[in-house]
Amino acid sequence: MDRNPNLRITDFNEVDLGLSREEVIAEAKRCIQCKKPRCISGCPVGIDIPAFIQAIADEKFQDAADIIKKDNMLPAVCGRVCPQETQCQGECILGKKDLPISIGQLERFVADFERKKGAKCPKCAPATGKKVAVVGSGPAGLACAAELARRGHSVTVFESLHEAGGVLMYGIPAFRMPKDIVQYEIDQVKRLGVVIKTNHIVGRSVSVDELLSYDAVFLGTGAGLPYFMGIPGENLPGVYSANEFLTRVNLMGANKFPENDTPVKVGKKVVVVGGGNVAMDAARVARRMGAEVTLMYRRGEADMPARLDEVRHAKEEGIIFMTATNPIAILGGNNTVCGVQAVKMELGTAGDDGRCSFYPIEGSEFAVEADVVIEAIGQGPNPLLLRMLPELTRNRNGSVAVNCLGETSIQKVYAGGDVATGAATVILAMGTAKEAAVAIDHMLKK
Amino acid sequence: MGKYTIVQARALSEAVFEMWIHAPQVARHAKAGQFCIIHADGAGERVPLTISGTNGDNIRIAFMAVGTTTKLLATLKTGDELRDVAGPLGMPSDIAEGGETVVIVGGGVGVACTPILAQAAKDAGNYVIGIIGARNRDLLIFEDDMRAICNELYVTTDDGSYGIKGFASGPLKELCESGRKIDKVWIIGPGMMMKVTSEVTRPFGIRTYVSLNPVMVDGTGMCGSCRVTVGGEMKFACVDGPEFDAHEVDWNDLMTRQRMYLSEEKQSMEYHEEHHVCRCRKVE
Ligand SMILES: Cc1cc2nc3c(=O)[nH]c(=O)nc-3n(C[C@H](O)[C@H](O)[C@H](O)COP(=O)(O)OP(=O)(O)OC[C@H]3O[C@@H](n4cnc5c(N)ncnc54)[C@H](O)[C@@H]3O)c2cc1C
Ligand SMILES: Cc1cc2nc3c(=O)[nH]c(=O)nc-3n(C[C@H](O)[C@H](O)[C@H](O)COP(=O)(O)OP(=O)(O)OC[C@H]3O[C@@H](n4cnc5c(N)ncnc54)[C@H](O)[C@@H]3O)c2cc1C
Ligand code: SF4
Ligand code: SF4
Ligand code: FES
Ligand SMILES: [Mg+2]
Repeated sequence: MDRNPNLRITDFNEVDLGLSREEVIAEAKRCIQCKKPRCISGCPVGIDIPAFIQAIADEKFQDAADIIKKDNMLPAVCGRVCPQETQCQGECILGKKDLPISIGQLERFVADFERKKGAKCPKCAPATGKKVAVVGSGPAGLACAAELARRGHSVTVFESLHEAGGVLMYGIPAFRMPKDIVQYEIDQVKRLGVVIKTNHIVGRSVSVDELLSYDAVFLGTGAGLPYFMGIPGENLPGVYSANEFLTRVNLMGANKFPENDTPVKVGKKVVVVGGGNVAMDAARVARRMGAEVTLMYRRGEADMPARLDEVRHAKEEGIIFMTATNPIAILGGNNTVCGVQAVKMELGTAGDDGRCSFYPIEGSEFAVEADVVIEAIGQGPNPLLLRMLPELTRNRNGSVAVNCLGETSIQKVYAGGDVATGAATVILAMGTAKEAAVAIDHMLKK
Repeated sequence: MGKYTIVQARALSEAVFEMWIHAPQVARHAKAGQFCIIHADGAGERVPLTISGTNGDNIRIAFMAVGTTTKLLATLKTGDELRDVAGPLGMPSDIAEGGETVVIVGGGVGVACTPILAQAAKDAGNYVIGIIGARNRDLLIFEDDMRAICNELYVTTDDGSYGIKGFASGPLKELCESGRKIDKVWIIGPGMMMKVTSEVTRPFGIRTYVSLNPVMVDGTGMCGSCRVTVGGEMKFACVDGPEFDAHEVDWNDLMTRQRMYLSEEKQSMEYHEEHHVCRCRKVE
């Protein structure tokens, strides 16, 4: 189901081609339909997994799609990008002795089946006359907008970029998340009557007063602010945040430069710093643009927060893994990067979070050759709008504080997704957004 | 009317073009010091351009055709549409509510930023002195606008073909040395011009702002492409600026990063000339 690594690193087409009809039916029949299905507890939105799997086993794919969509609006996306090994599949009872059910693959199959067939548009409740503003069109904003539209509210989504979709569009590369699928999902949301206004930066093109004039507001602005390591040499040309590197390629098409006018430096040797999905994506994009890529991560491979599939795919594609290694300076001169000075780390025992501690080993400094360095060391909430809402209570890490209903400290302003949870996952963003949508609906109908 | 229609396009000089664009969400909120991002078509770059004026639902930009995307933009004519216009971006200029004497210095295409700033400072009740400069008379822009707004205006040309011969720093130095009360100075122009000119005010301890123009992508704080070093700290020009305290700016850092794509920009120009990708529309 995965394309040959030597072939796939020459293009941006999807790596994992999914399962065939026969394969999904066979896989579905492997499920033992547990009385107390643990898989459900592993899914952040609690999809009725055994039920949809049974529908697949019965070859009722549309029924399977309907079951999933009760809880998950973007199954084609989540089936592809959820960290299943730590969620649904990580809990599947079969995983104890054998392989767990490939729940993500099954979910993706039915979503793709429905899309190819043409989904029917769900009915919306009668119009309530209430107006809701949603800020940001990533998974959180889209999920919240769809839920509220279905409940009869009039929803406007404001997006600062020129394309909707958030990270799904500018961050996750097409070989993992084909853009026509994201576009299709966005179109589904529009079919519910949701208006998406791109090029609208809330706080700038839409004032805070205008925003607060809506009957309710949902903040789904994500965690888009890239962190930098704060080491010498970071401003040299050739040093990127992963966000910039990925945006140049995914959103602006820099892989087709000069046909497209947005340039990107790729160089011959790229060092990517980090061990999450963002780092894997940056590394694999650079690889596809012809570079030899080294991934530097300060802990061990087992500590990497990236999805297992991404780690495996990256290795198959020839990315060199340099773990227990931390950059301390970016080397260069004459306005170009020539390498990364790094230090080896001593890895300690695992802490409460299951990830090991680490200390630099004295005297272990060494240099790695590089002409481009991409930092993927984490992201925080974008301050642009939050600075204009000083009354908004924030958590210690800067994210917006919310209660279990998604309510913020400002009346009728709700938040969900990465801006509230800190950089997390697509499914969690949608889950929190949907809870907020339900709470908003209750408030509006009071 | 289409979404982002060019309601008027004209050439101000051989290489500088002015456009009025219908972009209500930008026009209604734009303040002096802010910029917009223009994405002329799907294949083009997102280019940041200062908002140089507003009129109802329209904004004005003035840009120099220096590379592929701005040259393409220069071929568009009245009635054409742009794919995207986003803004206003950045923080507004730090204009006092009256009582100050301010000097606004513009050089080259940087003069494009001066009318909206001068107007805002004037409207707030400040005394506005303008200094605008260009290499020669033909390249001078917005003189009439500035003359109508400013309480005093000085015009310089490098070659002396018009106004005072020399750089805009000349009249600025004289003003500083005259002992007149000057509360704030803005200097807007090419990097080297801002760097050199801001040295004039440093010994006098006058608060001086420059508008930095590093390479940008999103303009919303999401990529870090626009990072600059000010007062030894990393700042994102698109959200923390673009105006910063001139005397705290690390100019070498800025100018090095501005030149990051020189070879790619050349390659792009050659490609587009060769493939004749110009959309073949002339400015009327
Ligand atoms: C490269 C990369 C790879 C990833 N891979 C995975 C993966 O494999 N699996 C997984 O589950 N998760 C992955 N994630 C994480 C996942 O994408 C995020 O958790 C998810 O997108 C969060 O959704 P969101 O809607 O909260 O925010 P975002 O997707 O960040 O969307 C926020 C949107 O709000 C817009 N916005 C911000 N401020 C404003 C404003 N003031 N006005 C208007 N619009 C505004 C932004 O432009 C953006 O479009 C990845 C993230 C990245 C960056
Ligand atoms: C806040 C801000 C305000 C600006 N206001 C004006 C203005 O009012 N009038 C004007 O003529 N110019 C302005 N500029 C500069 C303008 O954005 C660039 O000239 C333009 O992007 C060049 O694009 P190009 O493809 O035509 O040329 P290229 O050949 O690609 O580039 C020529 C030079 O322009 C700069 N540049 C290239 N791409 C970008 C980019 N994405 N962002 C910023 N700079 C870039 C680089 O220094 C480069 O060497 C401003 C820049 C900023 C950041
Ligand atoms: S949404 Fe994600 S966690 Fe839930 S069942 Fe689907 S793949 Fe598993
Ligand atoms: S835990 Fe595994 S076997 Fe049990 S119902 Fe869920 S998917 Fe099927
Ligand atoms: S342009 Fe991307 S952060 Fe400023
Ligand atoms: Mg360009």
